[in-house]
Amino acid sequence: MKHSKRIRTSLVAGAGVLGMFALSACGAAETGKGGGGGSDEVTITVPSWVGAQANAEVAKVILEEELDVKKVTLQTMDEPIAWDALNSGKADAILEDWDGQPEKQKLYIDQKKTVVKGGDLGVTGHIGWFVPKYYADAHPEVTDIKTLNKVAKDFKSSESEGKGEFLGAAPSYTTYDEWLIKNHKLDFKIKETGAEAAQIKEIQKKYAAKEPFITYWWEPQWLNADIELVEVKLPEFTEGCNEPKEKTECGYANTPLQKYLNADFAKDGGDAAQFLKNFKWTTEQQNEVSKWIAKDKMSGEEAAKKWVAENKETWEAWLPKK
Amino acid sequence: MSAPTLDRPVKADAPGAPQPPGPAARLMAHPKAVLLLLALLVAVVSAAVAGSGEWPGDLTVDVRTPLTDFNEWLVDNRTTHPLFLYFLLHISNTAESAVDGVFSALESLGFLGVTVAAVLIAWYAGGAGLRRRALVTAGTAFGTFAVIGVLGMWEPAMDTLSLMIVCVAVAAVIGVLLGLLAGLSDRAERMLRPVFDTMQVLPAFSYLLPFVLIFDIGVPSAFVATVIYAVPPMARLTALGLRGADPAALEASASLGASPLQRLWTARFPLARKQMLLGLNQTIMMSLSMVVLATVIGAGGLGEPIYKALAVVDVGQALPPGIAIVLLAIWLDRTTAAAGERLDDPEEGVRTSRTAWLLRGVVAAGIAAATVIGSALGRQEWPENWVVSIADPVNDVTGWIERELSAGIPLIGGTQTWADGFAVYVLNPLRSALVGTPWWALLVVAGILAYTVGRLRAAVTVVLALGAIGAMGLWTRSMDTLSQVIAALALTLLIGFAVGVLAARVGWVERVIRPILDTLQTLPAFIYLIPMIALFTGGRFAGVAASVLYALPAVIRITTQGIRQIDPSALEAARSLGASTGQQLRQVQIPLARPALLLAVNQGVVLVLSMVVIAGMIGGGALGVDVIKGLTKGDLALGLTAGIAIVCLGVLLDRISQPAAAVKERGLR
Repeated sequence: MKHSKRIRTSLVAGAGVLGMFALSACGAAETGKGGGGGSDEVTITVPSWVGAQANAEVAKVILEEELDVKKVTLQTMDEPIAWDALNSGKADAILEDWDGQPEKQKLYIDQKKTVVKGGDLGVTGHIGWFVPKYYADAHPEVTDIKTLNKVAKDFKSSESEGKGEFLGAAPSYTTYDEWLIKNHKLDFKIKETGAEAAQIKEIQKKYAAKEPFITYWWEPQWLNADIELVEVKLPEFTEGCNEPKEKTECGYANTPLQKYLNADFAKDGGDAAQFLKNFKWTTEQQNEVSKWIAKDKMSGEEAAKKWVAENKETWEAWLPKK
Repeated sequence: MSAPTLDRPVKADAPGAPQPPGPAARLMAHPKAVLLLLALLVAVVSAAVAGSGEWPGDLTVDVRTPLTDFNEWLVDNRTTHPLFLYFLLHISNTAESAVDGVFSALESLGFLGVTVAAVLIAWYAGGAGLRRRALVTAGTAFGTFAVIGVLGMWEPAMDTLSLMIVCVAVAAVIGVLLGLLAGLSDRAERMLRPVFDTMQVLPAFSYLLPFVLIFDIGVPSAFVATVIYAVPPMARLTALGLRGADPAALEASASLGASPLQRLWTARFPLARKQMLLGLNQTIMMSLSMVVLATVIGAGGLGEPIYKALAVVDVGQALPPGIAIVLLAIWLDRTTAAAGERLDDPEEGVRTSRTAWLLRGVVAAGIAAATVIGSALGRQEWPENWVVSIADPVNDVTGWIERELSAGIPLIGGTQTWADGFAVYVLNPLRSALVGTPWWALLVVAGILAYTVGRLRAAVTVVLALGAIGAMGLWTRSMDTLSQVIAALALTLLIGFAVGVLAARVGWVERVIRPILDTLQTLPAFIYLIPMIALFTGGRFAGVAASVLYALPAVIRITTQGIRQIDPSALEAARSLGASTGQQLRQVQIPLARPALLLAVNQGVVLVLSMVVIAGMIGGGALGVDVIKGLTKGDLALGLTAGIAIVCLGVLLDRISQPAAAVKERGLR
């Protein structure tokens, strides 16, 4: 009988908990955390690419060591989720946005006013199609989308079903490749790479073996310092040419990468918010830190500390004026 | 006559036995086989004629528009609609504050307090005192937390632990309630079973996105997703325990005049306790795996460093959190298992309630003392100079493996060569066959296959599942996925059965592979992907290899157990009749272990399918890529439909591999 008593007690406790849920449901719930208030704790979102990690790690080191912020959290999350986090106040800042969420920008910045712009990161993002220089030199027709089909057979692989293999972007990255290939009637098939790292591994292997490849690629990217790629000429980007995306025939825009802040944080975040607004560096600087992390396998913190130690004059300008 | 199959070869060799019938006659004796052969013929011919078998466009239903509308509605109404204000957001906020509460409780205990608490609770669960079980369980707990601290994983581990504690508590309560329903009412059982199946097979990634919109990012969504995933085992095993209660005990309690409610409290629940504890154990394990995956939506914890490591293909960085997760799993498993074993132990029942309370008092006092000492020493966090980094040596080793194994080993090629070969000679022909066969021919073949295995009901289910895939407009993607799943499943079963049989027959093999299987089963699926990229550079083969690794342990285990458990007298009889080892295996052990082997196939299907999505992270599993894309790009229609298509593939594979009787039996068990 002892057992049954214990079971009854736990069931009663369980029912009690459920009852509390039910009771608390009588009032209206709070709809968001409503900003951290003050600048004791700052949460920065970090998407999955290394360049963005470099921004965040450097910002974290300076915030913690120079501006006495108690705790800087770097939350790994992809772009759309990061926007939701900024809206709800769960995160305070996005440091590198590639303009991939136009609907959310409209909704949160213009309509709800929960997110505000934080200025330029200083780095200009560029996406395109690239081939290795050793191949482009031997086959110049590869460098223009109009003549690309002539060399498609060189790119055949076990994955490409008789067509040329095109190394595609990771799932969360902005891309119109599928429609570009379709609308230009290219004899290529996209190979899903799943993650930036997998794509980089693949490129490194092929580059080392001097094999031909064509890939979705972008700048800033630390690997560009190690390998020499040539861009394939795509039709020029004009405003609105990729809407609707199914009709896209043009190439990619040059995107000055943007920072965004939670509105409450921007207002009440004090020095921390001001510092993040001032944060601005160059492509080369970002690539340097990225390379330490991705290629030399330093931890994000080590790499950031190293850069901070070596580049005092750059980051001192970002500190809020006293 | 415990082994009727044994008779056949003896008869065939006997003099004067009737001449075996001709092949045609033998075929006609199996009308199902004829039907199947005909269907296959139709499929092959039509494939050769048609060339492409895509689902016709006008037979598709537009599910995209309503889903996209729903997505937009969620975004617009999240902070204003009463459904959110008075219900859903309460769930988010309560979950959030509960997890915060547990986390700060753990934090205030400090590292000393948490370790001592874990050790004492494990000791208590193991039966307290100085007996071996209690000490071993306590030792496991101590080792777990010490290593987690040394590897520098203390803080994320506490994050994960607090989320888990809340999720497991809620999942257990809901599971018991649903199990009560399913255990007492046959109708509820029939209604709930498909619900539980779906909850376990639908890839979490495909519903994480709407959850993010509904419940907010991070902890709340992770909480809801984890509870959904972890409830079924608790509910199933509770129902099972309630149903399995000894009728004599119930009869006795009824004849003593107990009301139905009293009978439930005093007879059924106590008798079901062992199953319920097993259910709790399973629920804990499933919560752990889900909590790690929930990193993708910003839940933090131990999954985060692994996810980051995946982005830079850094095995050394992924290993410490991976080890921490494995250790947490082992600690939780051993603690709950020890509590379960205690129920079987006849010596245990005699402890009076006073000593029990005294013991609990000792546990509580110990934890309090450790906390006080910890804070008196000013040491709340794990001291930094006790942390050891293992990243560099690990990376040296993996770097070497990658360089040396990827190509150019004489005779066997290298990992990259195998990957290409597998794609060209297995995956591509399989895919061409599936995509090239007209859709209606595939429906017919699958239907007939299901009919021969599981009668009409299975046939209807299979045709409906394939029809749903076609109607959602995902035919080609699904066939591509199916080709990879079939290849992975075949590899898994081939290796799994071989190793399982070997382990069942040779004692030391089992002892050697057991710890390996333990580790493989608890290691988060993410981690497999990193070496796969290094060895096979992403793509379909890397996905298949990761799935095989993931599904293999369960298949090996079930096979070994099934073969071990058959009646020893049957084997003895075969041996005394002079059967060779091969004959014993083929004609006695395997036929008698058939239910276990079927279960192994079923688990293989479920596990391989659950890896489709994970494989999507490295470019394998066509539908998997869509699910990941849907989640990371905020495209609900893309992710959810692909997730449903994966479930349909699961139903298809399960129905054509599981005879109706086996399915029914398992459902009741």
